[in-house]
Amino acid sequence: MTAPADLAPVGLATAGVRDIAGVQATARIVAEVDPRRGSTVLPVLAGEGPLAVRRTRGAGAEAQVTLVGAMSGPLGGDHLTVEAEARAGARLRIGSAAATIALPGQAGEPAHYAVRLTVEDGAELHWLPEQLISVHGSDLRVTTHAELAPHARLLLREEQVLGRSDEPPGRLTTRLTLRHAGRVLLDQELACGPGAPGGWDGPAVLGGHRAVGQLVAVRPEFADDPPKPRTLGEYAALTPLAGPAVLVTAVAPDALRLRRTLDEAVRLLR
Amino acid sequence: MSRAALLVLADGRFPAGGHAHSGGAEAAVAAGRVTDAASLADFCRGRLHTTGLTAAALAAAAALGVDPLELDAAADARTPSAALRTAARKLGRQLMRAARATWPSAELDALAAARPRGAHQPVVLGLTARAAALGPTDAAYCAAYETLSGPATATVRLLSLDPFDATAVLARLAPDVDRIADQATDAARRVLDHGPDALPAASAPLLEISAEAHGGWPVRLFAS
Repeated sequence: MTAPADLAPVGLATAGVRDIAGVQATARIVAEVDPRRGSTVLPVLAGEGPLAVRRTRGAGAEAQVTLVGAMSGPLGGDHLTVEAEARAGARLRIGSAAATIALPGQAGEPAHYAVRLTVEDGAELHWLPEQLISVHGSDLRVTTHAELAPHARLLLREEQVLGRSDEPPGRLTTRLTLRHAGRVLLDQELACGPGAPGGWDGPAVLGGHRAVGQLVAVRPEFADDPPKPRTLGEYAALTPLAGPAVLVTAVAPDALRLRRTLDEAVRLLR
Repeated sequence: MSRAALLVLADGRFPAGGHAHSGGAEAAVAAGRVTDAASLADFCRGRLHTTGLTAAALAAAAALGVDPLELDAAADARTPSAALRTAARKLGRQLMRAARATWPSAELDALAAARPRGAHQPVVLGLTARAAALGPTDAAYCAAYETLSGPATATVRLLSLDPFDATAVLARLAPDVDRIADQATDAARRVLDHGPDALPAASAPLLEISAEAHGGWPVRLFAS
């Protein structure tokens, strides 16, 4: 099922070209195992418009891809999509060269940023982009959807920063959905910024914190031996999900301290 | 429907064990995030618009007759905190006992048999409303109101807050409860056509984080 945010009309957006209605662009990455050499190759590596993709040096048999912003944005009205697929046995690591910065558009339209990840059996995907920064006056709807086979492995990090330093945030809605072996393992939405439902910055939700992040690890071995729930300081916790996965949720005063906590979580999960 | 049945189900004295849970208020009070009536109101508003909306939609969908086991799985996916999943199932089991004694129904029996350790409380609540011949909006109202009444009652005990002030917080949030019950009912009707993925998934990071910390306390007044 698609989140309601995806149902908005695309308008007159044109592929890869930014006009008043915004840009519509899709980047596609497909990783598979080269049967002769055993290493991961990228039969599809295609950027578009503001989404450029580069193969960068990876470790061992994995392929590493870096998303490079070729334009600023997303701006209001933009519809950006990243699709990445790790086919059976492939090892793919995706990062980004810089933070994604949500900016206001001209017509006050929201921007949409969709990430669709597919990981087949025996494959491993690391989705570790830099932060998403919600700039004052912007309105961005992010949907991240990962579809995992029963023996897929995933490490996913998402970090949202509300406003540049000393700036009030824009409006930001994120929805993270993980499907494992055909069933929904995690479905989480967070809305914050001006116009978000009441209490978003209060003591139950963000409590004045300006950075919030999630780290998800899905591993087949967690089915029999899941990590125990634990806290990482006062503002982060690791919890096993109802399936072979763990989620770390963290809030922090700023992007730097959030990253420190999530890096610590990655080390714990090694 | 019977309006009196709604009063019976929504009554804080309905023997479903809810009084033992603070809805995250105990942890928020200990962390100094809830200190008075104003911060309690802010806490309750945030909880209502996040996990409250999700719970209300689950309850409304169950009251509409959506498969409770599908809803139970959807509730698992929307409750990442292991401590909160445990609490939701414990509350669901306690409510199930009270519900089967109060409004016997084959559907309640079937869910109890399929989830002997307890289904998620909002799902049981919605099915209970259905057994009581109440509608989806009634179920959503019960779930949304419980989202507030639990922390408000707990905070009276935790902070020795004036009960009049706590009740005033509940009254001031009544328009928000109306909106959430409407939104939840609309979402539940979409589930009939689009499946449980159409349910809201609104979440509250601080509630999730502090639930894990609270679960590890050696001594606490409330179970969650």
